[in-house]
Order: sequence, then structure tokens, then C-alpha cells
Amino acid sequence: MSLLTVDELTITFGGHGRKESRAVDGVSFEVDQGQVVGLVGESGCGKSVTSLALMGLLPHKGVKIGGRAAFDGTDLFTMSPSARRDLRGSQMAMIFQDPLSSLNPVVPVGVQVTEILERHRGMKGEAARKEAAHLLDRVGIPDPTRRLKEYPHQMSGGMRQRALIAMAVACAPSMLIADEPTTALDVTIQAQILELLKELVDQEGTALLMITHDLGVVAGLCDQVNVLYAGKVVESAGRRELFTHPTHPYAHGLLGSIPRLDAPRGEALKPIRGSINDRIAWADGCAFAPRCDRYELGCLTGTPPLTEPRATGHQVRCVHPVLDDAKAEEVPA
Amino acid sequence: MSLLELDGVKVHFPIKKGVLFDRTVGHVYAVDGISLKVEAGQTYGLVGESGCGKTTLGRSVLRLVDITEGSVVLDGTDLAKLPSEEMRRFRRRLQMVFQDPLGSLNPRQNIESILSEGMVAHGIGKDQEERREKIKSILDKVGLPSNALARYPHEFSGGQRQRIGIARALVLEPDVIICDEPVSALDVSVQAQVINLLEELQEELGLTYLVIAHDLAVVRHISDTIGVMYLGSLVEEAPSDALYAEPKHPYTKALMSAVPVPDPEVEDRRERILLIGDLPSPANPPSGCRFHTRCPWAQAERCGTERPELRDVGGGHRVACHYTEEIAAGTLKRTTGEVVPATREGVEDVPPTLPEQAEKAEAAVGKAEQAAKAVRADEVRATDEAEKSPDAGTTEKATAGTAKTDTEKADHVGKADVEKADKAEKADEAG
Amino acid sequence: MSVATKTDKIQRLAELAAVKETSTGASLWREAFRRLKRSKMAVIGAIVIGLFIVLAIVGPYIAPFSPTAQTWRNEVFANRGEFVGMRSENWFGLDHLGRDMFSRMLVGARQTLLVGVVATMIGLIIGFVIGGLSGAFATLGGDTGRRIDSVIMRFIDMMLAMPSLLLAVSIAAVMGQSLTTVMIAVGVVQIPVFARLLRGSMLAQGSADYVLAAKSLGVRKRRIVLSQIIPNSLSPVIVQATLSLATAIIEAAALSYLGLGNPDPAIPEWGVMLTQAQRFFDNAPMMAVYPAVGIIITALGFTLLGEAMREALDPKLRG
Repeated sequence: MSLLTVDELTITFGGHGRKESRAVDGVSFEVDQGQVVGLVGESGCGKSVTSLALMGLLPHKGVKIGGRAAFDGTDLFTMSPSARRDLRGSQMAMIFQDPLSSLNPVVPVGVQVTEILERHRGMKGEAARKEAAHLLDRVGIPDPTRRLKEYPHQMSGGMRQRALIAMAVACAPSMLIADEPTTALDVTIQAQILELLKELVDQEGTALLMITHDLGVVAGLCDQVNVLYAGKVVESAGRRELFTHPTHPYAHGLLGSIPRLDAPRGEALKPIRGSINDRIAWADGCAFAPRCDRYELGCLTGTPPLTEPRATGHQVRCVHPVLDDAKAEEVPA
Repeated sequence: MSLLELDGVKVHFPIKKGVLFDRTVGHVYAVDGISLKVEAGQTYGLVGESGCGKTTLGRSVLRLVDITEGSVVLDGTDLAKLPSEEMRRFRRRLQMVFQDPLGSLNPRQNIESILSEGMVAHGIGKDQEERREKIKSILDKVGLPSNALARYPHEFSGGQRQRIGIARALVLEPDVIICDEPVSALDVSVQAQVINLLEELQEELGLTYLVIAHDLAVVRHISDTIGVMYLGSLVEEAPSDALYAEPKHPYTKALMSAVPVPDPEVEDRRERILLIGDLPSPANPPSGCRFHTRCPWAQAERCGTERPELRDVGGGHRVACHYTEEIAAGTLKRTTGEVVPATREGVEDVPPTLPEQAEKAEAAVGKAEQAAKAVRADEVRATDEAEKSPDAGTTEKATAGTAKTDTEKADHVGKADVEKADKAEKADEAG
Repeated sequence: MSVATKTDKIQRLAELAAVKETSTGASLWREAFRRLKRSKMAVIGAIVIGLFIVLAIVGPYIAPFSPTAQTWRNEVFANRGEFVGMRSENWFGLDHLGRDMFSRMLVGARQTLLVGVVATMIGLIIGFVIGGLSGAFATLGGDTGRRIDSVIMRFIDMMLAMPSLLLAVSIAAVMGQSLTTVMIAVGVVQIPVFARLLRGSMLAQGSADYVLAAKSLGVRKRRIVLSQIIPNSLSPVIVQATLSLATAIIEAAALSYLGLGNPDPAIPEWGVMLTQAQRFFDNAPMMAVYPAVGIIITALGFTLLGEAMREALDPKLRG
């Protein structure tokens, strides 16, 4: 059984007289022990909201959550709030995009780490401080004992993200959710942080749910990739399968529109037309249809189902998937 | 002569303290001696991480920040010495496209008003009617409908807003457009639209670009020449292809190896040079070579004391490193840093193979891999270099998955090997 | 593909997309106004203020009695200062001189509004000029500009450092006792508030990208200030002006209460009325309650509208 099973998750904002808007529209995926699963998509695709819902960090007012999410066999959404709090931090932990605003600015980093150890692992005083120093050392912060006394603003962005990771792994959680953990960082620092995450997954067997817009990060890190568009998974496959055979026109177009460092210069990019706002409701048909080159009238008869047109385990939500091998086209023999 | 020439440009911001009378207590050396040339009709890409001074440099060209020292010569006129009113009029020839498409448009002006602002300032067009015609033709060029005129910035999507920003620069018919992170605030699927638009406009109007960005892939895609900045100075400058094929400066090597490529096949074979530590403060830059505190090849002598000049190493490739030749030849040992494979161990999504098939596959892969390595040795000497060093001993796993990868790259090297690998792959898929 | 299916496809997409709201050419001001109209707070505030303004205009004409005529003087005196409460003839009763309270409240509304509006205008206009100049120097004046700005700001700080009531009292002491004094005193106290607010807002806008963009276009500095920075800096000032109307009315009442207001008790003004009621509070509390409630409700109206405007003009809530 999977560690985390998300089944038909829907998240709707609004209500109470306001216009409702559906941020997540039936997302299903699984994360196994020691596996890295990517949720990829652009702004507004519902990836961050999904992670917040799983962590139970969405406000109660004005948000409706539907579907199920089972963590280690227990349903997260029917859990009591106190059980949820215990789970959060000890079993599931989250790493956020902006390390500065996720750390308390007026409390030294050391205190913030020891607090977690005291709350979830029942450690006290000197033992907790020692463990905190050990954790900072674990995530590659040099001179950890001195760093414990520093305030978040005294650290660099990379160090802060490391400290945040240290807090997340303080209780050796079985599941980490990372929401754009490297987006605010420079490439060379991003490389360091990604390396650290890889290490954690490899050595501790932690499951990682990686939420990002960067397909490059996904290509190097994730085992299983879910591509989201307008609140639905449009394509889900293993990393190799997805990148060699992107089958949904959106995933296919996305890969064609990114300038690649290793691509020969002068090759024109193939952009996806329009913007993310040019979409229709999934109930009317494929939300991507207005931007799609392969759009046919058939695309507009209800939500297209997830099918496996290419290989088992490679799910695609499209009536006219890209099945001709694009790679073969691009690289003439 | 080049259209735009920067010579020894320095921008130092004073750090001030005091209640009523400010006292200068130090300087932020944002840009510290940069010389570069931008040729007419070409694109010069300036790449670097946050805090390296690239944005300040871009702004100093337009004199939006004061130039402390050095000259910025556009078409024979030194902008650094122009009186402010003349500089204002000169700005018509130099325009800028900003990073944040929404923030750079006045939220209370409609599109017509935003686009005519510059024309009014420079007395272009007799009346608003004439200006409106001009604006309409420019809007058409950047792919916006003419009914956009009466609308306000918040009514457009991110990509459209950036098109408005580009149109605003274009109405003045400038010689040089400075694009400061033109696509980094846009969604991935929209970035390509703007990049393509910039390229089309360059072709059509013969524009000259100075593109400033942190994304090496974007810069490489659109630039003819790339300059790499670190802590206020250029560490390397080369034609785009040459820089990618053979990055010479240790920082460029690290930067390039850190950029993720959206392709597992490439990621699996790549190795990352991990730098230690963070960017030092530009208010208190390290002595000698600015990069020596993080450089994997830093040496005890020279690096910490003597600041390397940008010197030509042939083929228009300029590098600011004392030991470029030694590093390229592999005679210099890395002192710090870490080289790691770009993917994590054991990441595999190919179904497990039967033992004998796996063996076959492995054999084929071995050969294919050698072939691939041979190709790569020519292309990217940098990463090979890293592999040679003793502590870099992570060899790639010869698995069925990589077989396919390598075969593709090794195509023109060993056909026989390729066929074997192909068979192995088919066997895999069957199994 | 045939032409027919192509148009079909386009039409179908257009139908589905048409559900989305299409707004064109709505400026931020207009959108803010649209949001304001939907806010309950704003509507209640506007109704209260509207009634108050109507009262201020027509009050003197609909007042059943003269506000100054001591018509029931003898009756009140006969009662030895006892307060005459509500009765069919005098709805709000009589004051200590036997004048009709209801008429005095109606007529007093005009004076009260006048004090509030004039005082706020004094503060707003002078504060706007000082703050605007200071902000312009600070954002675009270079080093010299920043120095001028810092001198102006230190002066403003000095004004801010004075307790507002003390400042008003000393102004009143210099200028003598009159309604004008009260208006000026209350207005002057508001000057640093508006100046600081506008300057701060301009500084924030001055570092915005669109200002930099205008500079890079070669737009003249004066035009950048007038057409780019100031229009975008107005929102907080407008909100503050609305909120200030409430405080101005209360402060004017306070000054009148301290006896610095209109020395001519014949012209009714709510603050003055409150002052006069004070002496009789023990046996005639209702005499104080009417003007006090009037002031509170009016101030509340302005505060509600101000708060609603703050929300409507907040760019973060746009959408």
C-alpha cells in the first residue's frame, strides 16, 4: 500500500454568497515510501493548494475540500484536529518556497528547531540543543552551534532553506512535502538544496512530494510525475516515460517551449498560445482546448477521461493525444 | 566600432548613516569595473545570480543610477558625461524592458496613455491622433489587438503585459533595448511567446539587445555573446556556442552544471559541481579574485591577492582567471567543492528486466556509453575534467534506462553498438 | 478540415469562453467605486453622511422654532433650572435658557459640518503641498532633494511631537476665541498627518518599476511626479481625509468644550452645545446626550465610509 493516497481531491474556494471557484478539480495520485513524486504545473494549476490541503493548512472558512487523502491508512480529512497536529511535523512535514517568511523573524533559528524537538520528540534542554546542532550539521550548515543563536535575517537564503529543511526533518518524518523549495534561490544554491533533498530521500527513505513549475528540477529528481492543468492531472507517468514521450498536448507543448541549455542555438521555441486564463471549465470539455493546436469539436463534450494510450501506467487526459514520436521528428537521423 | 561600448564602468552605492547629516560609512560595490561591447543588430546576454550587479549595470547604461567611474559610449557619445537634460533626450535611443510586467506599467494609465508618454516627452507626433496611429501599428507588431488602447494594465494577462512593455520601448524607435529579466516573471508556457517575439522583432527591425537574466538557458537561447557576471565584475565572456561548449571560468562551469535540463537522459549523465557557501556581500567583497572564496580550484597563491583581468584566450573568449589554461589542461587539482551526479541514485521507472536481458543490455550500454563519452569529451570538456579528479568517483550506472539515452547521443559514432542497445531496449520493453 | 467545422469549433469555444466576465476600459478608480458600492459598511456610512449633509443644508429651514429665541425662558427659570424633557411641543425638550433643543440640533448640524470640512480641508491642502513637495524632492531630487526633504520632514516631526490638543489650544490662545480659530487649530493639527502620509506613499511609489520605466522613457521629472507618482499615492490620503472628518468634528467639539470655540452662544454648534450642557449634567443629562449622540453618529458615518474606502482602494483586494 502506498504511504499517501490522494483520491479525487477537490478544493473549492468561495461560497457564502461569493462566486465559487474550483482550485483543484479531482486530483488523484499516490506516493510510496522512498519515492519522489512531482506535481508540476504553472501558477493557478492547483499544485500549492493541494499541498496545503494535505498538510491541513487551508483555512476552514470559505474552503470546501472533497475526496479522500489517506496517509498510512488513515484518512487525513476526517482526522481530529489534534491528531492532525501531531501528525503534522512528526510524520508529515512541509518545506515552503520562501524560507524567510516561513521562519519566525524574532526568534533565533536554534530555538525554532528545539521547539519542534520538544513538542514532537519530548526532548529537553541540553539534549534538544545538541540534537538541533546535529540537525543543522546534517543539512550542511557549517558551524551549527554558532548558527543556532542566529536570527533568520542573519542567514543567507540558502542557509535559511537548509534551516527550514532541518526543522522539517527534525522528527524523521516519513513524508516531506516541498512546495517550490528552490524557486526563490539562485541556481548554484538550488543545486545544493536539490542535492540535500536527494540525500534525504536516498538515505532516510523519506517519501517526497515535490511541487514545482520547473521541469528541469523534475527531470533530475522525481520518480513519478503528475502534470497539472487548471486543477486536474492531465498527464501522469514515470519520469523517463514522461520526458521522452510527452503525450498530452499541454505537457508536450510545455517541453517544446522551454529553452534548453543543451539545445543548439537558433532553434526556434514552439510556444503554447494564449495564457492560463484562456481556459474553460472542465465540465464543458478539455480546459486546455482554447490553447491547444490539436483541438477538435470532440474535445468539448464533457471532461476527457484519463486513458493509457501509449503505455501502461502512463495516464493521459486527452481525446487527441500526441502519439507520433516527437523526439524522432526533432532529431533527424 | 561597436554600437554600445562600456569601459571600466563602476557603480558604487554609498552606505549612509546619520540623523540629519548623512555620513558615508562604506560602499556597496554593485558594479566594479566592467568593460564590454555590444555589436549593432546583435544580442549580448548578461547572466549572473542575484546580487551580482547585472541589473545595476543595465540601469547604469541608461543612467538610471549614477555611474561612479568609467564610460558608456553609445554610437560615439559618452553617456556618463552627458548633462541631465541631454541625457533625458538621449534616452530615446536606449530603451528598457522590465522584469515585472505589471509593476512596470502605471496602474492608473490606460494603454494609450502609457504608450504615448514617451512620445510626448520626446515630441514625437504632431497630435494625439498621429501618435495613436503609431501606437496601433506597434501594438499590431507585438501581437496585441488595437482595442487594447482604452484598457488598463490589470485587464491583461502576464504575457500581454510584457508585450505592452515591449511596445512602450518600441514606439521610440530605439537603437538598443535593454531587457532586464524579460521573461522570468512569466509562466513557463508564456515565456516562449515573449522570447520568440523579441527574436522576431530583432530580425524585423534590426534591434540591438542587451539581455540581462539569471536563467542561463534563456540567455543562451537568444544571445550571440554571453557575459557571465560574479559579484560586480565579468568573469567570462564568449560567443554563446563557445561558452556552452567550453566554459572556462570555474564559476561558469559550476553555474552551467547547476542549471537543470528538462530531460532525464541528459540529467542522468550530467554531473554537478556543487559550490560551497554563499555569495559574499558586495559591500565587503573578497580580496583578489572575487570568486576565490567559493572556487573549487582556488590556489593558495595569487587567487587571494591578485585580481585577475579579463584576458582573451583565443576565439573571442575572454576569461578572468589566473589558472584557466591549467584547469583546462587538467593539471590543476580541485581543492574544494563537490561533484555529484545530477540525478539521485537508483531513480528508475523502467520495469525490472530479466537477468539475461539485463546482462545483454549492460554489455551494449557499456559500449554505447563509451561512445557517448567520446562525443561528450569533445563537447563538454568541463564535466569530464571534473570526473577525472579522484573524489569525483561516481560512475554512471549502466542500467537499461540509460542505454537508450546514450545510444541516441552516440548515433554517429558506433552504429553497431547502437543496434545492440536498441535490441536491449526492445527486450526491456517486452519484459 | 472543412470551413464549416472550423467555424463550428471556434463558435463552440467562444460560447464556452463567453461565460467569463469581460471588462474593458475600467480604470482602477472606477473599479474601486464598484467595490465600494457593494460594501455594506460604505452604504451605511454614506447614508449617515448623506442625512447629515441634508440636515446641514435644510436644517435651519425646517427648524420649528428659532434656535436662539429663549421662548420658554420663564418656564425653565420657574423650574429653577430643571430640565424640561421631551414633549409634543419640544421634541428634544428645552435647554437651560428655554430654547428648543430640537431646533438647535437641526441648525447646529450646519456649523458642525462646516467646522469638520473646513478644518480637514486646511489640513489636507497644506499637508498635501508640503508632503507632495517633500515626496517629490525625496524621490527625484537626487542628493540635494533628499537633504531638502529631510529638513522639511524634521519640521513636520516637530509639529507631530506637539500634543495636538496643546497645539490647538496655543493657536486658539494666539488668535483669540472664534469658530475660525477652532477650524484653523484643528486643521493645523492635521497638516503633519497628511504631509507624512502623502510623502510616505510617494516614496513607496517612487521606487516602483513604472516610475523607473517613465524615467527610462525620458519623461520629465515634473511630469513623472504629477502624472505617475501622485495619482498612485492618493488612495491613502483620500481614506485619511474621510477618517479625519470624523476626528475633526470630535476635536472641534473638544476645543469648543474647553471653551475655545465660538464665544457667541447664540449660534448653535454641537460641540458648544455639549460644553454648555456640562454645567447641568447632574439634573439635565439629556441636554448633553443629544449633541453627543449627534457627534458620535456623524463621526461613525465618516469612519465607516473611510474604512470601506480603505478596503475598496487596496490594490491587494483587486479582482
